[in-house]
Parts: sequence; structure tokens; C-alpha cells
Amino acid sequence: MTEVSAAKDAMAATDELVVLKSVNKHFGALHVLQDIDLTITRGEVVVVIGPSGSGKSTLCRTINRLETIDSGDIRIDGKPLPQEGKGLARLRADVGMVFQSFNLFAHKTVLENVMLGQIKVRKTDKKAAEEKARGLLDRVGVGTQADKYPAQLSGGQQQRVAIARALAMDPKVMLFDEPTSALDPEMINEVLEVMQQLARDGMTMIVVTHEMGFARSAANRVVFMADGRIVEEAVPDQFFSNPRSDRAKDFLSKILHH
Amino acid sequence: MTVKLTVFSALGSLVLGTLLAAMRVSPVPLMRGFGTAYVNIVRNIPLTVIIVFSSLGLADIFGVTLGAPDNFDLQGFRLAVLSLVGYHAAFVCEALRSGINTVPVGQAEAARAIGLSFGQTLRLVVLPQAFRSVIVPLANVLIALTKNTTVAAAIGVAEAATLMKTMIENEAQTVLIAAFFAFGFVVLTLPTGLILGWLGKRLAVKR
Repeated sequence: MTEVSAAKDAMAATDELVVLKSVNKHFGALHVLQDIDLTITRGEVVVVIGPSGSGKSTLCRTINRLETIDSGDIRIDGKPLPQEGKGLARLRADVGMVFQSFNLFAHKTVLENVMLGQIKVRKTDKKAAEEKARGLLDRVGVGTQADKYPAQLSGGQQQRVAIARALAMDPKVMLFDEPTSALDPEMINEVLEVMQQLARDGMTMIVVTHEMGFARSAANRVVFMADGRIVEEAVPDQFFSNPRSDRAKDFLSKILHH
Repeated sequence: MTVKLTVFSALGSLVLGTLLAAMRVSPVPLMRGFGTAYVNIVRNIPLTVIIVFSSLGLADIFGVTLGAPDNFDLQGFRLAVLSLVGYHAAFVCEALRSGINTVPVGQAEAARAIGLSFGQTLRLVVLPQAFRSVIVPLANVLIALTKNTTVAAAIGVAEAATLMKTMIENEAQTVLIAAFFAFGFVVLTLPTGLILGWLGKRLAVKR
């Protein structure tokens, strides 16, 4: 364990950034989230894994209320999630989100994609917004593509732009909803590298992914979900080498040995 | 007069149609209900009935004279524009709504995720993409509108059809006159269709 994560552990008790308490959600008859309790502290990287349909993406989307919940309590930085309206928009600006299908604004250039939120939500003036956008695009390695449209970029490049777009809002926490699942294998690494860098820089991250390598190397904690429940929570080393629950053992045996 | 009617009505119906479309996708049930009711009522009434009602009903019975109580020509023109706007807005709305449905849900989700409000999401992200995908069907509405201006003849607005009627009453060359006016409309509508068709291709959003 490095000093950084030790320091993080010390802060953990006091600095809770995202707190979910007995959250429940149904899709019709399907109980997709069952009594979810989860606390994420500032600077922590939590990776959520589990089989398809276990509710991981839904969990991720409830945190900025793209999905509503039926019961329970979600707090971000001490404040409960507001209802629809201005308050919710403000909160979403503080919670960055990266989607599986990138969702870059198709009618705007890469640069405009990264500037839009700054100008319209943060009310930054245009020049400062452009400067920051170019800086972020350089940081994720697509600075030379700034004036192209999303459709002209590869999937990996688009996803890195999407990360830059989220970062432009100076979010307190970043949600990644299967950011590499729609990518060709050779493009996965370029996105994961950007995410690794973010994690090293101390960003609070909640990552839903199937990339076990990323979970091992970047996560402070692994959350394993199955059938709408959190089955197991552990540090990566412990989880991958010695899972406690049968469900997790079964899952890991299927994905790690082939 | 036909051109003037077309231009004013086209602009008006684009604005009203966009507002109606925004209502029909809004999260407020009351607005959704209003939008739906408006479209379903208005598009199922013949335009002639609407225009005649605007003159006989609105103006003569309810005294709505649109700021021109004494100038019958101006009043007729304004009532005709109002009717044409009200009628075609329903079609613009439906064209636009089908365009909104072509914009992937993820676009709106991403817009909301960076903190844009519902109005901003619609204005900055969804509608610009929706408009581009419905330019061709909008051209249809515009062409229909150009031709529908002739219905304004029913309340005595001096547009092309009124003019044609007067000329046919005074001259012997009825077929020639009719052909001339028909050709006039083709001259107005053909470029509209061609230009907007070209624009639709050019501005199409690549995904």
C-alpha cells in the first residue's frame, strides 16, 4: 500500500462524499436495487463489478438522478439529492458522468462539446472556457482533434473527449458507466490510461466496468453486485485472490480462467 | 400578397410549432396535454373552416380585429395569417416531434448530466439536431402552406386565387390564366423544396 492510500484511509471516517442508504428501485416487477448501502469518501476510487443485469449501471445512474429511486436516501457532500429543477441541475454539474455510448453532442465540434457546460452552466466567459477546454483535450491526448465533429473520431478518442467534457465542470465526483464496453479492444487501454491518471490525481471516482485489470490496479475498493444487491465489498487484492461469497467466487471463476 | 402571406405565416407557424413541440415533450403533464389537444383538434379541422371562422366568428361576433377595426383589407390579411399560423403550427409541431424522436436519448442524458436545465437541453442540444433531421418534411409543410394561402380568398384577401377569379371573370382566356397562376405557384414552391432538400442533406448530423 502506498502512502497516498494510507492517507486516504485516515480521512475516510470524516470525509464522506457520496452516501447511499437503503436505496430501493423497481423496474416494474423487477427489484433492480435492493437495500443498497454504500459510502464513498473523497478521493476514493470505487469499482463496481458484477454480472449483467445485477443493477450496477442503474446504481451509477441513480447517483445523479438520471434514474429515480423508489425509497432510501442519497446524499452528495452532505446534501440530499434535490427533486427535478434548478437544484438538480446544479448538483449534476458537480457530478461528472461518462457513458458507455460516449453521447458527445453530435452537432457540435469536440471543442464546443467541452465548452458548452462551462459557458451555459458555469457562466464562464468564452475565452477562458476555450482555454480550459483546449488544456483538458491536451491532457486526455486529443488536443489535435479539437475542431472535428465527434463522428470523425474513433471510439477511444470520443470517450476521452467525453471525459474532458465531464472534467470541464470541475466535478466533485466522476461516475463512469461502463466507459470501455463499447470500444474495440485496442482502444480500451487509451481510455483506461486517462482514468488511471485521474485516479492518481486524487479524483473521486465510481467506475462500473468489466475491466478487472483496471479494478486491480486503480481501485481502492471493489464492490461486487449481483441480483440488485451488494454482495461483497473489499480491497482489490483481497477480492480477487480470496473472495468471501460463493457468488463472487463463481463470477470470478467464469471471467478469470479462460 | 401570396408571398407576403406565405412568409409571415411560415415564420409564425415555425415559432408556434416549435413551442407546441416543446410542450409535447415537456415533463409537465398539463403542457403535454395542451400540446396534444391543440394538435389533434386543429389539424383535423379543414383550413377553410378555420379561416372563415376567423373572419365571421372572431372578427364579426367577438370583435377581434387585430388592431385594424376600420381597415378591412389589413384586418383580413392579419386574420388570414393568424389562421394559417394556427393551422400549420400543428403540422410543424408533428414534423419536429418526429425529429426529436430521432435524437438518441443519450444526447439529452449527457446534456442533463453536465447540469443543463430542461429548457437548455432542448434549446442547445435536442432541437438543433431535431431541426436538421426534419428539414425535408418541414419543406413539405412550407409548400402546403404556400398553396394553402389561396384559401384566404374565402375572406376576401387579395392573394393569387382572388386575383385569378377576378381575371377569369373579366377575360376570355380562362385556361391560359389558370395555367399562368398554376405556373406561378410552381415557381414559388419548387425552389423551396429544392433548396431545403439540399440544405437537409448538407446539415444532416453525422453519427
